[in-house]
Order: sequence, then structure tokens, then C-alpha cells
Amino acid sequence: MSEAEIKNLEEIFESRIARDEKIEPKDWMPEKYRKTHIRQMSQHAHSEIIGMLPEGNWITRAPSLRRKVALLAKVQDEGGHGLYLYSACETLGISRDELFEQLHSGKAKYSSIFNYPTVTWADMGAIGWLVDGAAIINQVPLCNTSYGPYARAMVRVCKEESFHQRQGFEIMLKLCQGSPEQKEMAQDALNRWWWPSLMMLGPTDDKSVHTEQSMKWKLKRKTNDELRQQFIDQTVPQAEVLGITVPDPDLKWNEEKGQYDFGEIDWDEFWQVVKGHGPCNKERMTARVSAWEEGEWVRDAAMAYADKKDKKNVAKAS
Amino acid sequence: MKKNWPLWEIFVRSKNGLEHRHFGSLHATDAEMALENARDVYTRRNEGVSIWVVESKYITASNPQENGELFEPAQDKIYRHPTFYELPDELKHM
Repeated sequence: MSEAEIKNLEEIFESRIARDEKIEPKDWMPEKYRKTHIRQMSQHAHSEIIGMLPEGNWITRAPSLRRKVALLAKVQDEGGHGLYLYSACETLGISRDELFEQLHSGKAKYSSIFNYPTVTWADMGAIGWLVDGAAIINQVPLCNTSYGPYARAMVRVCKEESFHQRQGFEIMLKLCQGSPEQKEMAQDALNRWWWPSLMMLGPTDDKSVHTEQSMKWKLKRKTNDELRQQFIDQTVPQAEVLGITVPDPDLKWNEEKGQYDFGEIDWDEFWQVVKGHGPCNKERMTARVSAWEEGEWVRDAAMAYADKKDKKNVAKAS
Repeated sequence: MKKNWPLWEIFVRSKNGLEHRHFGSLHATDAEMALENARDVYTRRNEGVSIWVVESKYITASNPQENGELFEPAQDKIYRHPTFYELPDELKHM
């Protein structure tokens, strides 16, 4: 294609986005749009898959059968969300194997929050309440994003996430209504998960390299800072219901702005974790890579079995 | 030689009386596994009463770049729509 032709196609493309038209897999799209979507969607899928690990840690130790089935269902949903997103991502012409390769080699990122350890049962509560809460805030606007397969996957994801947050909040509530030790456990979990949850919504707008282009393509509908503010405004009253304290001495309701003011986020910590130096980065990657490698013979055997059956059927038919 | 699991397109009928609708795709070694995986991936909350699976390579799709040739011929045939026909006002229902 000549440069003029590409420029023309780009203009048509931009005007379709401006009219809120959806882009579908076989439509022409700029290479950068394709690449950006592969990056964001795969990062999102990887986060769902890695996100199963910190919670998987507690399935066998859930305090009751009720908690156990709920946690198991939540973790299974996360696997499902990963699969919706991987297949949506594959519509852009990248294979599942390439996506896994990017995750396993460290080329692709996943949400840094999953690099923190889950040391008590209360962490299951805090993750559902805060981490899924922040994820919902991030994901709801994506139901409207310009790339059709991504938007459709997100509609399904969002429908399922609200149970996740409620099951987490219920865990927190029960602990807060329990013995002083149990309430202390809930407070401790909030102390450890609060700041990483705020970081989860991404760097501040002035430091976010992708925001501007992503807003233009409607891949992003709200900036990181807007999402973070929304999360704080929504979550602080929930902490009050629980009767535990958000670990931020600067947190204060701003009557004039109609929102909370909050303290400085430790971005050095965020970048350290993103760069691989969080408390569990190595553990997560090791668990993921070994699950993939140790499962290889199963995948190969299943494929060989299907081929054998196929050949038999062909032989029978002829 | 290493062979990857093929891709399947999943169609689900949410209840009798409605058509099967495209829900997404997944990887499986054969049709039977594709059905089982589709059950777990796409119908964890009673979303369906029937599932179709089709290996993706068997779907032939039209090319959006040829949408003009393909769909424009229908555009000027406004006489295919009821609003094309002039009826007297006193005719209340037709």
C-alpha cells in the first residue's frame, strides 16, 4: 500500500472511532492500534491468570465449606476471564503460544498487585473487596471500548466480578464482627492492601505514557487519576461500615471538591514491583512457568489422542 | 513436531426459542473437548441450554474491505421497505 493510501485509511479509521463505531477483527486498523491492544489485552489476561495464584494459596485452608466453594468459584472465574481475554486478543493475529511466551519470558507484564503475598485469611477478604473493587472501576469503562471483541469480553467479565467483590467484603465483615483478634486481622489486611490497590490503577496521569493515545482510541475512557479518585471515594465509606481505618493519615473529605483528599503514594515501591523486585515476583513466575512446562506432556498426549481418533474415523469412512 | 491445540468458535443458545449466538472461542484438541471446555468457560452461570462448536478454520468470513460491493446494492432498493408506499391518511391500519 502506498503512503497516501495508508493515510486515507487512517483517516477513515479515526473518524469511525470518533463516531463511536466499533472496530472488528477483520477491519483495517493502524499497526499501532493493533499492537497497543495486544499489549493491553494480554496484560489484562495475564493478570487474571497470575491473579489465581495468591488466592489459590488459601483454597485448601478456607475456614468453612461455604468460604471454600465461593473462593474456588472465584478463582475459576478468573481462569475463565483470562481465557475470554486471550481469545479476544488472538483475534488480532497473535497466537496463544506467543502470548504465553511473552508472559513467561517477562516481556509482557501483569498487574503488580499480584506480587504481594497472601499471609492470612483476611487477605482473601481484602483482595476481593479492594483488588476486585479497583479492577471493577478499571473495567466498567472498558465495556465500551472501541475494539469489539475486547468490549464483549469485558461485559462478561464485569457481570461476574461483582460477586467477587461481595464475597471479599463479606469475609471482611465477618472478621470485623468477630473477636478482637479477628478484627485486628482485617485491619492488618487493609493496612497491607490499601496502597498497592491504589497503585493498581496505574501511574499518575502526568507519568502515564500510554494514556493520551489510549483515550483517543477509546481504549481507555477515564484517566488513571480519575479512576483512582473514584475508587477512594467509593471505598472509604465501605471501610467505615466495617469499622476499620484506612492507613492514610492525610485522608480527608474535601467538602468543596466533593471528594477525598489523600496522601502521597509511594511510587518508588510501585516501580520496584513492576521491575520485578516485589515480594513475590519470582515465586509467581516460577509457579506459572512450571505449571506450563509440567503440563506439556498432557497437552501433547491429548493432541496425539485426538489425531489418532481422527485417523481412525477417516479409515472407517473410507 | 509440536502441534498446538486448534481454535474453536463457540455458539450458545441461551434458551429454547432463541438462536445460537457467538460467545467467543477457545482451544481444544477435538470437538468433544471443545464442548466440555465451552461448558466451563462460557456457561458457568446457566447461560445456555445448547452449545455448538465449530473449528475456526472452517468459517469463511466476508472481507469488510469489500463491504461496498457486497452490501451497497441493497441501499438504493428502498421499495423493499413498507415506508416507500404512499397510502391515504384515512387508511388507519396496514
